[in-house]
Amino acid sequence: MAATPDLAAIRDRLADAAARGVPVRIRGGGSKDFLGARLEGEPLDTRDYAGVVDYEPSELVVTARAGTPLATLEALLAASGQCLPCEPPHFGGAPTVGGAVAAGLAGPARAALGGMRDYVLGAKLLTARGELLAFGGRVMKNVAGFDVARLLCGSFGILGLIAEVSLKVLPRPAAAATLAFELGEAAALESFLGWARRPLPVTASAWVDGRAYLRLAGAPAAVAAAGRTLGGSRLGDAEAAVLWAALRDHAHPWLAPRTPLWRLSVPAASAALGLPGTTLIEWGGALRWVRSDAPAATIREAARRAGGSAARWHGAGLAPAHEPLPAPLAAIHRRLKDAFDPDRRFNPGRLVAEL
Amino acid sequence: MPAPDDDPVALPPARRRELLAALSAVLPADALLAEDSELRPYECDGLAVFRERPAAVALPRSEAEVGAVLAVCRRLGVPVVARGAGTGLSGGAMPHAGGVVLGLARLNRILELDPRAGLARVEPGVRNLAISEAAAAHGLYYAPDPSSQIACTIGGNVAENAGGVHCLKYGLTLHNVLGVRGFTVDGEPVAFGGAALDAPGLDLLSLVIGSEGLLAVVTEVTVKLLPRPALARVVMASFDDVGRAGEAVAAILAAGIIPAGLEMMDRRATEAVEPFVRAGYDLGAAAILLAESDGTAEEVEAEVAALERLLRESGATALAVSGSEAERLRFWSGRKNAFPAAGRISPDYYCMDGTIPRRHLGRVLEAIAGLEQRYGLRCMNVFHAGDGNLHPLILFDANVPGEWPRAERFGAAIVELCVELGGTITGEHGVGVEKINSMCVQFGDGERTAFFAVKRAFDPPGLLNPGKLIPTLRRCAEYGRLHVHAGAVPFPDLPRY
Ligand SMILES: Cc1cc2nc3c(=O)[nH]c(=O)nc-3n(C[C@H](O)[C@H](O)[C@H](O)COP(=O)(O)OP(=O)(O)OC[C@H]3O[C@@H](n4cnc5c(N)ncnc54)[C@H](O)[C@@H]3O)c2cc1C
Repeated sequence: MAATPDLAAIRDRLADAAARGVPVRIRGGGSKDFLGARLEGEPLDTRDYAGVVDYEPSELVVTARAGTPLATLEALLAASGQCLPCEPPHFGGAPTVGGAVAAGLAGPARAALGGMRDYVLGAKLLTARGELLAFGGRVMKNVAGFDVARLLCGSFGILGLIAEVSLKVLPRPAAAATLAFELGEAAALESFLGWARRPLPVTASAWVDGRAYLRLAGAPAAVAAAGRTLGGSRLGDAEAAVLWAALRDHAHPWLAPRTPLWRLSVPAASAALGLPGTTLIEWGGALRWVRSDAPAATIREAARRAGGSAARWHGAGLAPAHEPLPAPLAAIHRRLKDAFDPDRRFNPGRLVAEL
Repeated sequence: MPAPDDDPVALPPARRRELLAALSAVLPADALLAEDSELRPYECDGLAVFRERPAAVALPRSEAEVGAVLAVCRRLGVPVVARGAGTGLSGGAMPHAGGVVLGLARLNRILELDPRAGLARVEPGVRNLAISEAAAAHGLYYAPDPSSQIACTIGGNVAENAGGVHCLKYGLTLHNVLGVRGFTVDGEPVAFGGAALDAPGLDLLSLVIGSEGLLAVVTEVTVKLLPRPALARVVMASFDDVGRAGEAVAAILAAGIIPAGLEMMDRRATEAVEPFVRAGYDLGAAAILLAESDGTAEEVEAEVAALERLLRESGATALAVSGSEAERLRFWSGRKNAFPAAGRISPDYYCMDGTIPRRHLGRVLEAIAGLEQRYGLRCMNVFHAGDGNLHPLILFDANVPGEWPRAERFGAAIVELCVELGGTITGEHGVGVEKINSMCVQFGDGERTAFFAVKRAFDPPGLLNPGKLIPTLRRCAEYGRLHVHAGAVPFPDLPRY
């Protein structure tokens, strides 16, 4: 049996970087290297710190070290009929569990079943000083102390190295069906809202190239009944699986890594944004991908008017990835960074340009 | 009660006069309480053993008045304790002797209910149940349903990350709130999250939810509304052994079923509630389980059949399935009234709130039985069994000298045992002032320091609900001296105080 991995090597790398005064860039599988405001620092690989620490299916909780391949974890869960309901993307690479939590991204199920932060129960954080801090825990309900574990989700490593996480898992749905409807953008948006208002087992939706897709999943009886009332044309199971995986991982040709691609997070009920270019919709209307040559300011303004925000997904050099934060939030961010990583050792500029 | 950290003292008369003058300049006369008789009702929250008289109570009616009160307190360096309905069970809303209670119950308007978007925007003083009542006309509801939902406010729910019997399937407050607006300690408006699912930067909303009024004062909450399931039915199962009931819970979850609710009560609890609500509980059973299935008629039929099979295989001695909505509500009424029922069979009760990995349920119950002997007090047990959240209710009489301190030590022993088994000292009621000592058992100095840093990042002068939630180093050192640490000797035979 291999020795239990420890953090000694990572601590040494951190101490060495500190001694030389250089920043580090925490990196798992590198599947998300293309994301972030800036990508700076010496790579610090987490993949040797791997392995599932605790998994008891009836507890609905799994605990894994940061470097565990996401695919390994998903296969382990699948063997017990369980899954990570938020479908974290792989982007065609070999992401790690730590990277998935640090990025905090979710797949097609986000609107119906929640995002990564909704499934994070606990995390261990390796700080710049080499201290290992444990927040949250391995149980489903826990309100002791501030919820720092969830703060780390989506932090892109700017507060420290997420060394271990505990995640809530759920049973895989027993049945699934994907329906397709020929609809224009406005009609698709209205349909998504209408479906969400009814007690239907919808777990994903998308509108791409003039077609709306709806994924139903859950108990076989519920999926069958919903399928009958909704109509549309049913996709073959294999075709449906390919579609949702391609949307999740951006293997879909529409989402190919060409510039410029914008990601707009807006209230689901927002009308069509009317931006020049083309749009792909996910999450029942809450996520709009926009491929447009319009100036950054135009796109950000459209998102802001709708009550959301825009992030540049591909196209370095065009515009900062995110818009600046409002002053009180920027101050809180700065003070949190000062507290967790006072020497600005971790992932400079990755999440927020000035941190 | 845990000794305070910096011994909060009442304001000197001159400073109090200055405070009252400044507050009356920004509030109408009926929104400021300062007489002893007026202050008394605000001395405690739902955990009445912890009491303090504040310098004043402010009861603003608008966001602008909230901001103005905060600006005054900030300028004068006076602590502020936000308060909703005061149903909290950990002393989170207990006043600060030298501070202002900022009561938010009068901000009770539903600002917007958008059935098309499935969202409601509400003020913090709106009662939890009032949201579902307003949404009912559209076939929608707000999912988290704490047993106190008739009274507790959404602002208090956000501050405690409240749960309910349906949170196993539908999530906690955290999973059902999209955004909050409020004020920083400086009286500056801020928004965390919003109607969109992602916001730029760190997920500060996740930090603010459950922060017990230490990070910001919440003045508006955007919640998700869900479509009411077409049908719900409850299966009630009897067990002649509590451990077997626990195994049945594991069997249900391992079989891939997530019931809408999965609750357990031991015999002491059913005996206490039955004469009170006549829920129809099997008083011969050592424990009963309530498992709810909701969804379409087809779904519920299939799930109820599977639940019945699994429960029988796990050794249930009797089964009953609700045949009507009235019967379903009757089955639940006993569970929902468990706390008041404790108050009927005992002069006082102390409600604990630990969470454990479910597999240790049997061990915890055994240990609690042992602790009953040690402390000479009875305990009845209700559990959110599906998520391992225990609510042991310790029965005592505050008028009998020595009983409350014993109950308090009994409670601490239970939650610290939860930590030892890999769980937590609080699943949903919060730390407040009550469990501040036990925080020293769950967390080390590094985490404690990080919590203080988070507090300072939001509240540099430290005026929002100070002295709660995070223990000081001094407190932990003192508690550590009295305390036998987790892992060393689980149940030392000596009394600890
Ligand atoms: C009989 C009974 C049953 C209960 N059942 C449950 C249950 O099933 N599940 C559960 O989770 N809880 C339960 N509780 C506990 C309690 O009802 C919840 O914690 C509730 O969320 C408190 O809401 P409140 O409005 O009464 O808040 P309060 O008690 O007034 O305040 C609670 C905390 O929130 C802070 N706060 C309040 N409003 C704001 C605001 N606007 N901004 C910032 N901070 C604020 C206060 O400072 C305090 O720290 C129960 C309580 C009782 C008495």
